[in-house]
Amino acid sequence: MTLDYSSSFHYLVALLPECVLFVGGMGVLLAGVSKTDEQRRPELGWLALAVLAAAAVANGWLYSVSESGATAMIAVDKFRLFANWVFIVGAALTIAISLAYVSRQRLQAAEYYALIAFATVGMMVVAASRDLMIVFLGMETVSIAVYALAAFNRRDPRSAEAGLKYFLLGAFASGFLLFGIALIYGAAGSTNLQAIAVAVQDGAAAGGLMIPGMALLVTGFAFKVSAVPFHMWTPDAYEGAPTPVTAYMASAVKAAAFVAFARILFVGLDGVYDQWFPILWWIAAATMVVGNLVAVVQSSIKRMLAYSSIAHGGYLLVALVAANDAAAAGLLFYLFVYTVTTVGAFAVVVTVGRQSERDTAIEKYAGYGWRRPVLGTLMTLFLLSLAGFPGTGGFMAKFYVLQGAAEAHLWWLLVVLVLTTLVSYWYYLRVAWFMWMKEAPEGAVHRVGGATPFAIYVVLLVCGGIVLATGLLPGAAIDLAQGSVEGLRHWVAGTAPAH
Amino acid sequence: MTSLLASVAYETWILHFLVLGPVAGMIHVLASPAERAKRIALGWSVAVFAASTGLWWAFEPGAGFAFRFATPWISLWGVEYALGLDGISLFMVLLSTLTTPVVVLASFRYVATRQKAFYALVMLLAAGVSGVFLATDVFLFYVFFELTLVPMYFIVGIWGGERRIYAAVKFFLYTALGSLLMLVAILYVYFSAGTGSFSYEAFLAADLTLTEQLWLFAAFAAAFAIKVPVFPLHTWLPDAHVEAPTPGSVVLAAVLLKIGAYGFLRFLLPLFPDAVQHPAVTATMLALGTAGIVYAAWVAAVQPDAKKLVAYTSVAHMGFVVVGVFALTVNGLQGGLMVMLSHGVSTGALFLLLGMMYERRHTRRIEDFGGLARVAPLFSTAFVITALASIGLPGTSGFVGEFLALLGLFERHPVVAAVAATGVIFAAYYMLPMVQKILFNELDKPENRSFPDLSRREAVVLAPLVALMIWVGVHPAPFLERMGPSVEAVLEQVDRDAGVLLEAVEPGVGAALEQVEPGTGAVLEQVSQSAIGAVSPPPASDDIARAAERDATATGNTGQASRGAAEPGAGGRETPERRP
Repeated sequence: MTLDYSSSFHYLVALLPECVLFVGGMGVLLAGVSKTDEQRRPELGWLALAVLAAAAVANGWLYSVSESGATAMIAVDKFRLFANWVFIVGAALTIAISLAYVSRQRLQAAEYYALIAFATVGMMVVAASRDLMIVFLGMETVSIAVYALAAFNRRDPRSAEAGLKYFLLGAFASGFLLFGIALIYGAAGSTNLQAIAVAVQDGAAAGGLMIPGMALLVTGFAFKVSAVPFHMWTPDAYEGAPTPVTAYMASAVKAAAFVAFARILFVGLDGVYDQWFPILWWIAAATMVVGNLVAVVQSSIKRMLAYSSIAHGGYLLVALVAANDAAAAGLLFYLFVYTVTTVGAFAVVVTVGRQSERDTAIEKYAGYGWRRPVLGTLMTLFLLSLAGFPGTGGFMAKFYVLQGAAEAHLWWLLVVLVLTTLVSYWYYLRVAWFMWMKEAPEGAVHRVGGATPFAIYVVLLVCGGIVLATGLLPGAAIDLAQGSVEGLRHWVAGTAPAH
Repeated sequence: MTSLLASVAYETWILHFLVLGPVAGMIHVLASPAERAKRIALGWSVAVFAASTGLWWAFEPGAGFAFRFATPWISLWGVEYALGLDGISLFMVLLSTLTTPVVVLASFRYVATRQKAFYALVMLLAAGVSGVFLATDVFLFYVFFELTLVPMYFIVGIWGGERRIYAAVKFFLYTALGSLLMLVAILYVYFSAGTGSFSYEAFLAADLTLTEQLWLFAAFAAAFAIKVPVFPLHTWLPDAHVEAPTPGSVVLAAVLLKIGAYGFLRFLLPLFPDAVQHPAVTATMLALGTAGIVYAAWVAAVQPDAKKLVAYTSVAHMGFVVVGVFALTVNGLQGGLMVMLSHGVSTGALFLLLGMMYERRHTRRIEDFGGLARVAPLFSTAFVITALASIGLPGTSGFVGEFLALLGLFERHPVVAAVAATGVIFAAYYMLPMVQKILFNELDKPENRSFPDLSRREAVVLAPLVALMIWVGVHPAPFLERMGPSVEAVLEQVDRDAGVLLEAVEPGVGAALEQVEPGTGAVLEQVSQSAIGAVSPPPASDDIARAAERDATATGNTGQASRGAAEPGAGGRETPERRP
């Protein structure tokens, strides 16, 4: 069917995955009210997974729906649908690694899973929006749900600290974002991305409001994607939050911000590329350098992965700076691979910590690989993928971004990227050498018995499989990513960007 | 033999088997109980080696790639799974397929713990190395190039000595630094070529200005020079060699170092001809190569640790490869290749021998040994032959390569050749005292009286290597004729538009050669006509032909002599300065 938004039913169709997920999330909440028995907590998780599966079906069905024109507030394009896959997969994997954790930590299961569902709804809205107001609403939906999730473990002061820090700085960032949107509205007379693009072409940038608005918007998003120098909240928030939530924040939440950022930059602000190019160039370079260098000295694996996620944000910013089709497709592909790899790595962290916040020091991984060879091997695989090593999806993703940047002739940024990648080898390999090359200290062998929960095994195998598949035979996934950005950047009728 | 190979459709599956066979072996090892791991690994590696020996007969010397196969891998980017074999990669492949079973067999006792992981990593390494030498797609090459790092990192880091983690990480980061810069350069060439393909031919066709070539040369050279390693980028090598377990050292010396030099021949020279011929670049590379030869020899001479000494000899030998390659002559390139081959065999064998000493005595210090020749005659025989091959005694493999490399260098840079030639003397200076102290001095340490001689397994490990040292040394013609056309093709690529290469050869070189080797010209001419001339096609490049002609008219027969000198097994013994 074709949507022209002549009736509100069309909006319902366009937002079908969001609607399914939202209603399902409410259902999880309600189911939680009736189930007070602690034994039944995992069932709520499975229910949330079922809801996500339904949303995935709806998302798949949307491929058969087309829209007339490309100006509506809600986009039904492949860019959005691909991004939705990333969010759904990220949320599902997060829930799967949370099942045992939530039971063991005696968290309120219904609210926990429902918040993840609602945050995912927000991400989908962000990815779908062609209007700055919808972007803002979506971002706030995500953020508020995740503030709560970060602080979810009420018995742990660090969790509360994480939530508070994230909330304060997130609110601050939202202020920048909103102010930027307001200024852009003042310059362009609209919050619709196409209208903004047209206004920019007609000279709206000369008015003195557009550029400050763009700068504030970029600042707001730089907070959201934890780009340097707006990254200060990230390590504390990631370290304090419950580990599965950290996985979620580092993967899907970050992906949502990047998808929205990309659409705004590539579509609405394409005309002022020359203005945002230098800003983002420097932010990208600084993010890669600082993220990687500071990750080197971390002794907690959660903090290390937090800084590594900052560094990956830097690589993704390179794709934004490149601003061409290859880079946009690379961004999507990268987000997918990165989400899967990160959640996989955190699944191991959760297992090593025995469903709690114990043993997050990297030294605790000494000799772990030999005691749990499957987990150790998979962790090594995830680390190599995060490092961008050939044979893993991480390499293909990084290469995709590199290729886009090379096409845009960003040679110096490429050099920064590969040199900081070299730095990242150090800290990723460091975990590997603790796991395989050091022996656990006498008497410090922590309990390795106790079966790893079934769901975590599934997550590990799925993540490992995807990492290998996208590393060895990435053709289909790359074609899908490339197909998903067709038309994204050239949709203003009759105009092609100058660069 | 050829018909037998044809009957099993050899050329259709062999290259795949070389890459995928070890992978299958790795999976088989992982799926089997630990106590059977070593036998399974041995079985697979012997099978791969046996299969690869067919290449010796199946490969027809020629300029292009043989047995080519290509299928799209990532079609959107124009990446292909493309394999091929030419005269340069042939010997690298054979060397690596030979090394793997040798290493596996040598590890039977040395690696006592975590065998499954060890043999799985060795098999993965074998697959990666085969892939590096066979890939004809640059992207694929890069993937395999990086893939060899991971198994080596774990082999050094898990089974290595005291400072193994330091050595493993240093090895990894050094190598990765170069390869990451190369990745950027690969992308640059990819977009300059503009064909949307990563195939080797597409890269050759890229049209690059001199400035671009110089930058790209720097990036590629960084990757390969670290791997070779070229002085002063060699500091990771002694650490890695000393800390690595014996099998790791052997693979590192025999195969992994060759990847760098192979990269010189396969990519650096053909892709950036103008940069390669730039006087400053040539001078730099020759200076670094010569410095490596001399410096490493000096450093080696004062090492108390036998393994470290051998590690430094690697640097010196690879210096010969560098000067041979950057002489940009047929002899130089062939010499470089022969040094690579010989170094792989002789240094690999030296590390094996040192490993056997370490297994018996748990020390590597030279002064802890002495008089072993009396208690372990077989061991000592193998040691002496290997050491002499490493020095480059005529009649051993080391001589052929170093002589050709120096000869090729002399054709264009006589002074550099003279300096580099001192390295041969130094080689005797550091190697012979070690041999004497370990094998021939007084048998004054009681522990050494019970030093067991080679076991049957150890003899089997060493026998093929020793045989190869002597075979190559005595009769190198079959090797040279197989690599000849490919080497000439590389030089043609270097020479494709400049045409200045052979013009630079001074007419006096031929005469100088005559003086150095009085009377050999005639012998060489005959040999060259019978051994080389009969097989090699006539020089394909007009420039080579012209230069050869001109040389011939100038000095009678040296046009033939300089080509014919590729057969030193016959004439080489008469060079007095080569005797240590």
